[in-house]
Amino acid sequence: MAILQAINPTLTAGWHRPDARDLTRDTGWRLKDYEARDGYQALRRLFGDKLTQDQVIAEVKASALRGRGGAGFPTGLKWSFMPKNCSGDKYIVCNTDEGEPGTFKDRDLIRLDPHAVIEGMIIAGFAMGATRGYNYIHGEVFELYQRFEEAIEEARAAGYLGKNILGSGFDFDLFAHQGWGAYICGEETALLESIEGKKGQPRYKPPFPANVGLYGRPTTINNTESLASIPYILRRGGQAFLDLGKPNNGGTKLFSVSGHVNKPGNYEVPMGTPFAKLLEMCGGMRGGRKLKAVIPGGSSAPVLPGDVMMECTLDYDSIAQAGSMLGSGAVIVMDETVCMVKALERLSWFYYEESCGQCTPCREGTGWLYKVIHRIEHGRGRPEDLELLDDVAKKIMGRTICALGDAAALPVISFVKHFRSEFEYHVEHKKCLVPLDVQKAGSTFHTRLMAGATC
Amino acid sequence: MLELEIDGKPLQVAEGSTVIEAAHAAGITIPHFCYHKKLSIAANCRMCLVQVEKVSKPMPACATPVANGMKVFTHSELAAKAQRDVMEFLLINHPLDCPICDQGGECQLQDLAVGYGGTAARFQEEKRVVPNKNFGPLVSSDMTRCINCTRCVRFTQEIAGLMELGQAFRGDRAEIMTFVERTIDSEISGNIIDLCPVGALTSKPFRFAARTWELSRRKSVSPHDALGSNLVVQVLHNQVKRVLPLENEAINECWLSDKERFSYEGLNSQGDDGRLVKPMVKQGGAWKEVDWNVALDYAAHALRDVAKNQGADALGALVSPHATLEEMALAGKLLRGLGSDNIDFRLRQNDFSLDGQRNGTPWLGMKIADIGALDRVLVVGSFLRKDHPLIAQRLRQSAKKGAQISVLHAAADDLYIKLFAQAIAAPAQLPGLLAEVVKAVAQARNAPLGAEFEKVGAGGTASAVSTANMETARKIAASLVAGQNAGILLGNFAQQHPQAATLQRLAQQLAILLGAKYGFIGEAANSVGGHVARACPQQGGRNAARLVAEPRKAYLVLGAEPELDCADGAAALAALKQAASVIVLSPFKSAAALEYADCLLPVSPFTETSGTFVNTEGRVQSFYAAAQPLGETRPAWKVLRVLGNLLEQAGFDYETSEQVRDEVLGGKPEFVAGLDNAVKAGALDLSSSSSGIQRIAEVPIHFADPLARRAPSLQATQDAAAPTVRMNAALLAKLGIGDGQSVKVGAGGTALIAQLDAGVPDDCVRIAAAHASTVALGPLSGCLQVERA
Repeated sequence: MAILQAINPTLTAGWHRPDARDLTRDTGWRLKDYEARDGYQALRRLFGDKLTQDQVIAEVKASALRGRGGAGFPTGLKWSFMPKNCSGDKYIVCNTDEGEPGTFKDRDLIRLDPHAVIEGMIIAGFAMGATRGYNYIHGEVFELYQRFEEAIEEARAAGYLGKNILGSGFDFDLFAHQGWGAYICGEETALLESIEGKKGQPRYKPPFPANVGLYGRPTTINNTESLASIPYILRRGGQAFLDLGKPNNGGTKLFSVSGHVNKPGNYEVPMGTPFAKLLEMCGGMRGGRKLKAVIPGGSSAPVLPGDVMMECTLDYDSIAQAGSMLGSGAVIVMDETVCMVKALERLSWFYYEESCGQCTPCREGTGWLYKVIHRIEHGRGRPEDLELLDDVAKKIMGRTICALGDAAALPVISFVKHFRSEFEYHVEHKKCLVPLDVQKAGSTFHTRLMAGATC
Repeated sequence: MLELEIDGKPLQVAEGSTVIEAAHAAGITIPHFCYHKKLSIAANCRMCLVQVEKVSKPMPACATPVANGMKVFTHSELAAKAQRDVMEFLLINHPLDCPICDQGGECQLQDLAVGYGGTAARFQEEKRVVPNKNFGPLVSSDMTRCINCTRCVRFTQEIAGLMELGQAFRGDRAEIMTFVERTIDSEISGNIIDLCPVGALTSKPFRFAARTWELSRRKSVSPHDALGSNLVVQVLHNQVKRVLPLENEAINECWLSDKERFSYEGLNSQGDDGRLVKPMVKQGGAWKEVDWNVALDYAAHALRDVAKNQGADALGALVSPHATLEEMALAGKLLRGLGSDNIDFRLRQNDFSLDGQRNGTPWLGMKIADIGALDRVLVVGSFLRKDHPLIAQRLRQSAKKGAQISVLHAAADDLYIKLFAQAIAAPAQLPGLLAEVVKAVAQARNAPLGAEFEKVGAGGTASAVSTANMETARKIAASLVAGQNAGILLGNFAQQHPQAATLQRLAQQLAILLGAKYGFIGEAANSVGGHVARACPQQGGRNAARLVAEPRKAYLVLGAEPELDCADGAAALAALKQAASVIVLSPFKSAAALEYADCLLPVSPFTETSGTFVNTEGRVQSFYAAAQPLGETRPAWKVLRVLGNLLEQAGFDYETSEQVRDEVLGGKPEFVAGLDNAVKAGALDLSSSSSGIQRIAEVPIHFADPLARRAPSLQATQDAAAPTVRMNAALLAKLGIGDGQSVKVGAGGTALIAQLDAGVPDDCVRIAAAHASTVALGPLSGCLQVERA
């Protein structure tokens, strides 16, 4: 894990992970370690200075913190939507259902700095007058769910959770909820359904969760990384956080870099860092191969050709201008050994598999897209297929209850748009433009398997 | 009010309306599948996408709330393209097997595909196939046709009250199914057939019986429970092929219970137990099919001879409460013409002590539609969900809106209604329990009560009401007192109760104390009509109980099967067997009738005659025949009219059934006159003198009348399972029997199976009535001997 030298890391400062595969050797995540690095100081300041709810929200607004889950919606603004002066329960929900292919930042946050998330949730709970918080943790990381539970226990024992927190008179409690691995449960209303014990299916909005959320009560759902950024903002001020990044794009952000780079992993860099710099931090392209394409914000973000991406800086606005999305900050790097048809086939399979089946365009359309791409990849493509793909994808876009429809359509539209010649080659020649042996040579999975690895 | 414009048409709608509601109110069609006015909004089919000004994406009209000044375009290029695109998606995996699909011709998908579908498919891949499910005997499934609109899922959850269906799996693997291979057992399950916009859920009894466009459609009225649901009876080649609801918001809304929907099968029943199609007379112990004039002559002579030789008091008539107003009126007129007042239609009633005490005709005490407006409801003695499925449905909805529904009963069946409180007690304790509520309400209202209430309440409880029940009674009283618009409903069980008069007096007292409405949920289609038609004693004649307990020499039986339809089937059977002559007018044969009767006259069921039912709210509903009478069957009113002529009685010159009706009702009013539940004050019987094991007898939904009993599909449902002896664990232990073991019940030692049911009160057994296997047990109420077999 490399941190850009120029800044003080905020999110990853306490991360200590000697062995990525062995959780028991992690240090620095316990309460005492967190407190040793100014942990829970933000909360103490909040109560000590007797900040009001509005002051906290104003601070978060000033930080220009934008939702780290993918949509980039300003967090402070979202908090201000919660109804005030309403009696009964209100909820704050942390979305750690990190299912987006390519994204693996939140699991490290929960693993290596769970108290930052807890403190962020308590502050959020205070700011919105919530009585309870839930952290919905992705199904595949059960050990981290256990760790988070442990951290909650520590916080509760230390008086950071429960009745009358730190003598402030504020009551707030927090619970972890183990998901079961459905991608759709990362959609905030499907997540609420899942917590309620129902099948994870997005709700139609309006009403929005801020009015009718968990168990029908006002609820705000924030991403793990967003909430983990909150203590810094309260400790150092919204302006300080904003200054870490660039205007309208406050703070530092975690980027999960995967694919054909020498050192894949999570990297914390200030918003606005050039992509080229991030690539350099990752040790450059593996084997010195040429950069072919980058998916900059998780699998549902449109793919960008390598040369376009090299001109971008890592912030919401720059990448949006280039025609894609910063999304969750999952940067998937692909080199010249990649067959773009095969890559898209895999992505489409994912969305086909994960569509919840509720509304028609997504339920029927994702399967159609996958089947056509599968056919092209396997040499049974037809010349009219490319128009068909584009048309079907556009028929899904904007017609569905949740954003999964868009997420399924955008990769298809962008792959066909930027790499049309490869698809055409496939249809015409019934095989990949990138020769199969080149593809195999570029595949770690394949080369490791050839070398006798079992997994 | 909000103002909006749809397709350039300015409209005003109420706050909170959705775009589709506004459009429908203005007569603008927006294509849709998942939207249904009675169900929650799912917005999943996306067929109703429309363009809204200043919104870039098309919006689902069903889920978009109207905002002031909104401009909606339902046919703009954006909207039309979105609708066509959704249709393409819906059709890619649809089998398009319309030629062999029962839904063909009345299929929403088929209809909308004409307007919005393409002419050729671009989808060249393999289509999805979904395995069919066994949903039970009523609903047939072709799940490959399903478009996952989830109307059926929402219906079971929201209207039927139990989520029997769900959508399992995801994406295009999603399937609508029950929980691991269960059947759908709701008593109103058939409605999902109507709700299904495609051919995924169709009627099993109707399967492949006809193409829908070949059927002629006739309006009719349900002959079963007292709601009087409006029907569309569909006929082909003079045979009823299908029954559908006719929407009437004031009565059945757009629903039907399964009994009303599928009982038509009984109309086409054949064999020894099936339709009676020729008049028959027993001569020398052998049955002979005869001509109508011979049979009518025989019947007239038999009645006249008994009246002449044994006195008119030796005659008696048992009339089915499911008979039409005209039939009841003519039967009464005929009998009184012979000099006898021995006629009754209240066959399952035990307590007749209020006869002569009533101010008018007992009825629901309110309009059916008003039930939904009650904010406090007390239901006394009712197997509500099975006896009155659609009234239960109305209460289910009002409970969701915040009405507090409480129940006093002898069985803890789950009504799938969010109840405020429920007190379950042995039948003999039910009056005492209700008295507790009355007393608590009186205390809260500071109203004086009669001396008989002194014994009620703590310390001096007359009827051994348990502490827990007393607490519940007070809780119910507090709820009733706090309401603005309370209602008390007495169910079938309360009406059949041996202390029914006491229950009614208590309900009346409670209603007066609360300023509430109270009434009876009538048991049968003409429970109110029977009073209006005077098919019960008017001048001190024998009532139903006495007609059975004091056997007559000759009986006229109209539409009833007394062994199953009377309060004491065994005694009824004995009375009929000893009679010199029993004239049966029935659409059906039965083994019992073949034994006790000497003359069988085939009369029309409701579909083959014109007639009138007066439903529980007093609404007069006349109907015409939907089909020609089967074989030599004749409408019963005509048969009775000719009998009147043959007996040379005056005033039997009717040409039409309408003349009979107009004579009874003085025209055709919307509601009958004289509806009044009030009874003169009288003594309350709050003694609880029961020692021994009390019987709780429900009349299972599909055993309740001769027509339903003959519908094979209904008889194959869970609701028609053979009666068992249900009791709680304490009684099982006391008797030393295990769940599922055989027991001997009653004096005759009838062998039945014991079944554990924690909802049965202490020292009670629950044994269903109206079934051949339990006729020998005798009365519906009272004590029974139960021992190990």
